[in-house]
Amino acid sequence: MKFGVVVFPGSNCDHDIIYVLKKVLKQEVVVLWHKDTDIQDCDFIFLPGGFSYGDYLRSGAIARFSPIMEKVIDYANKGGYLMGICNGFQILCEAHLLPGALLHNNNHRFICKNSNIVVQTKNTLVTSLCETDKAYKIPIAHGEGRYFADEQTLKKLNDNDQILFRYCNDIGEVTMDSNPNGSLENIAGICNEKRNVFGMMPHPERAADYELFNTDGLVIFESILKQFVTV
Amino acid sequence: MWKNNAITINIYFRGVKALCIFAETFYDLITMENTTFNKPATLEIAKELGLLPEEFEKIKQLLGRTPNFTEISVYSVMWSEHCSYKNSIKWLKTLPRKGPHLLAEAGEENAGLVDVGDNIACAFKIESHNHPSALEPYQGAATGVGGINRDIFTMGARPIAQLNSLRFGNPELERTKWLLKGVVKGIGDYGNAFGVPVVAGEVYFDDCYNTNPLVNAMSVGVVKKGNTISAISYGVGNPVFIVGSSTGKDGIHGATFASEDISESSAEKIPAVQVGDPFQEKLLLEATLEVIKTGAVVGMQDMGAAGITCSTSEMSAKGKHGMIIHLDKVPMRQQNMQPFEILLSESQERMLIVVHKGREEEVFKVFDKWDLNCVQIGEVIEGDILKYFMHGELVAEVPADSLVLGGGAPVYDREYKEPAYYKQTKQFNIDSIQQPKDYKEVAEFILGRHSIASKKWIIEQYDTMVGTKNHATNIPAAAGVVNLKGTDKALAMSVDCNSRYVFADPEIGCAIAVAESARNIVCSGGVPCAVTNCLNFGNPYSPEVYWQFVGAINGMKKACEKFETPVTGGNVSFYNQASMGGVVEPVYPTPTIGMLGVLPYKKFFTGIGFKKPGQHIYMIGQAHNDINCSEYLYAYHKVKLSPPPVFNLDEEYKVQQLITELIQSGVVESCNDVSDGGLFVTLFESGHVNKLGFEISCDDSIRKDAFLYGESQSRVIVSLNSEQEELFVEIMTKSDVDFTYLGEVTEKDIIIDGENFGSIQHFGNIYESVIPKMMGE
Repeated sequence: MKFGVVVFPGSNCDHDIIYVLKKVLKQEVVVLWHKDTDIQDCDFIFLPGGFSYGDYLRSGAIARFSPIMEKVIDYANKGGYLMGICNGFQILCEAHLLPGALLHNNNHRFICKNSNIVVQTKNTLVTSLCETDKAYKIPIAHGEGRYFADEQTLKKLNDNDQILFRYCNDIGEVTMDSNPNGSLENIAGICNEKRNVFGMMPHPERAADYELFNTDGLVIFESILKQFVTV
Repeated sequence: MWKNNAITINIYFRGVKALCIFAETFYDLITMENTTFNKPATLEIAKELGLLPEEFEKIKQLLGRTPNFTEISVYSVMWSEHCSYKNSIKWLKTLPRKGPHLLAEAGEENAGLVDVGDNIACAFKIESHNHPSALEPYQGAATGVGGINRDIFTMGARPIAQLNSLRFGNPELERTKWLLKGVVKGIGDYGNAFGVPVVAGEVYFDDCYNTNPLVNAMSVGVVKKGNTISAISYGVGNPVFIVGSSTGKDGIHGATFASEDISESSAEKIPAVQVGDPFQEKLLLEATLEVIKTGAVVGMQDMGAAGITCSTSEMSAKGKHGMIIHLDKVPMRQQNMQPFEILLSESQERMLIVVHKGREEEVFKVFDKWDLNCVQIGEVIEGDILKYFMHGELVAEVPADSLVLGGGAPVYDREYKEPAYYKQTKQFNIDSIQQPKDYKEVAEFILGRHSIASKKWIIEQYDTMVGTKNHATNIPAAAGVVNLKGTDKALAMSVDCNSRYVFADPEIGCAIAVAESARNIVCSGGVPCAVTNCLNFGNPYSPEVYWQFVGAINGMKKACEKFETPVTGGNVSFYNQASMGGVVEPVYPTPTIGMLGVLPYKKFFTGIGFKKPGQHIYMIGQAHNDINCSEYLYAYHKVKLSPPPVFNLDEEYKVQQLITELIQSGVVESCNDVSDGGLFVTLFESGHVNKLGFEISCDDSIRKDAFLYGESQSRVIVSLNSEQEELFVEIMTKSDVDFTYLGEVTEKDIIIDGENFGSIQHFGNIYESVIPKMMGE
């Protein structure tokens, strides 16, 4: 299976996701430079975390206009699989490939820590192997991660089973206390209506290496692989 | 704290006067015509720029003429303490600087370079950004992070971990809260965007830092052995490039500013504080590492203190060549910059690169890819003269070697004198302190001290995980431990200094700082390897301050020799003293030790946390009837002067060797050293990780307060499972190190001598709530 990882100037989790895909999962990975205009027949594209173009204006606001994004948007509109993690999620919202927006954390500080998330639907490419009653320990690291959408959008997300993950406590309960950033309904990740574009704030690539004593994130990558292997 | 130091006060008064004249002169200068800068400088101007009369004379001798204003500006920054180490180098040279694994010794490159095996070299260094942070905490701290990382990647190493050592004043003060908030946000915003994790650090609070906070940042990078690049310039005709950000007026005379006391008028010096742009730094990092791979680069140096002046002179002096520089070609972000401003600007995120002639295209290509400036501003010439031109006119001409450390820069012997307080510390007697009635209340008090309490509020603002190499993300350890992916090894690193100990006795206190750093590395499974230091002191012209400096160096020397950890470099920050209302208050002498270690095998990685109830807890090393300098004595009993805690370097070394043997034999499950706050705090930290309690008995041959809250050194707490006990005891009895069975891990309760102190949760709540409460949450 062939993965593409988009690298913007200021991306800084690109090496980490490439490491997981290449070294842990032994898959082919190509780097898609922001000035490129060819997505090289990738089966699945990741937009990694970081601070694209410095993110001085608003996270992801500049990146959506880069040359590669024009092709990526086109690819997604044609049904290509695409996932944004952290800054990648922010970019997907800015590009209107995913609904809603990611606002400043409610404590107005950058937060980096292990968070727990619980899977809301197995009916997506990226969560098919997940358990829905388990708390997955996946780290967050962001200053703008508070998911927000208007009421109508939120209802649609719920009605269409588009919510992938919610923040929860260590036994999988979705509580106020376990919401690290003030996200609406504890939302940590969503997909689009056509279920081919995914976004999440937590970093599964930071929980996918046996040497770091936490591999809770691996199941997301394994879900992707399984679908492609069986297809 | 001593307050009546005539010499420092004199300097202070001179300083204020100088500042006023400086401000006026500066105003005159910027309204001057260009040609005025070419007129010979006067002694008055030299003094205003911080040079001594004898230094002005020496410059005249070196040049064989009177320097002009631009030239005297160049000397003033290069001969400032910050760049020349003129008041410290004599003593720094006494530190052990050789070791079998060193690839670059102190002073040879921008940072120390150590061979860690598997064809990997590790570059590491610590640096202060105290003065800028005192005035503008956000930018001061941010640019400190930027500067130290540039020191690492200018050598061709990719930074993989950062550490920081921070000191603030009384937590009740609004100023302290403002500084803490700004410094932490500055470090976070810069480092998080730059994309290098913070893996370890320390934060202390004490009144002595009310005016002068200390912000010390350390960076560690790795590079394939042999792929490093040097800060050198040679090869007549080779082009010289400036790359990265444009040059502005920020940070002019920053190095000179860092070589003065902080005073009421320091706020006027805000233009001397630089502004950071982590996005540019990230691009510069990637472009720099890429351009090195082309092989087109002769040498490279980052621009930090003293900007173009420092990089052109140090690279040229090292390569024994001269350079022509056309200042007008430097990309500028402000109009009408004068030659001296361009030369002295400390605008961040810039590098000077000397390229092999004919290979310019390869260099342009890389910087074009990363959308960064890359402009030829000069070329290498024969001889050792630096010639700076502006629009074709020669504005300064100085021999490179005359500017730099080891060349023409002055070296001073400073006088030193034992301060009066030192004798007073020795008068302390433990018998004058009544033992407390309520030990539980003392435990709560100590965990509630800001220096002891959880720093989660701070640490969570840093990205500690980017790079996916931080071993301690899921298993907290005594040191930062960073995975070397694709090898069997990991790196261990720690920053340490209990400045209260150093104040009490600089020699012993600084030896303890080295020992504690080594102990942290050993407890996490590593072997200490090399040291970088950040020496934060008051004004070196004060004999009492200088006495502290000399003592600290002597202590560091002894300890580094014992642990076979050569000093690979670092940074001296003098003038960390406030002159407010005519009273001079130096900070505690704070020689921060940054140590690097190697885990020969990752499987030796050991955390501090107890793992399950029923595990046995042992103390390795001897407890003493000692409460000297402890948080308990200092804060609970409010005794400010006492000698440092009991410490014996040979004993310490033996304990550490033994810990390594225990870890490598696989007979311990956790390892945590006894340090600030004493045994109780150590046990609490180990329990807190997995929310487990402990039940122990105290040693009734010594006072219970000394046993629980004393800080005598060279003690480590280990936990183990019953099946490991036989081999553990066998190893211990073979050694001649004391060990004591303390008790065992419990489900949740903390029980001492049968008395239930409460649950781990209870103490955890105190421990976790202190800093958030201080910050108004």
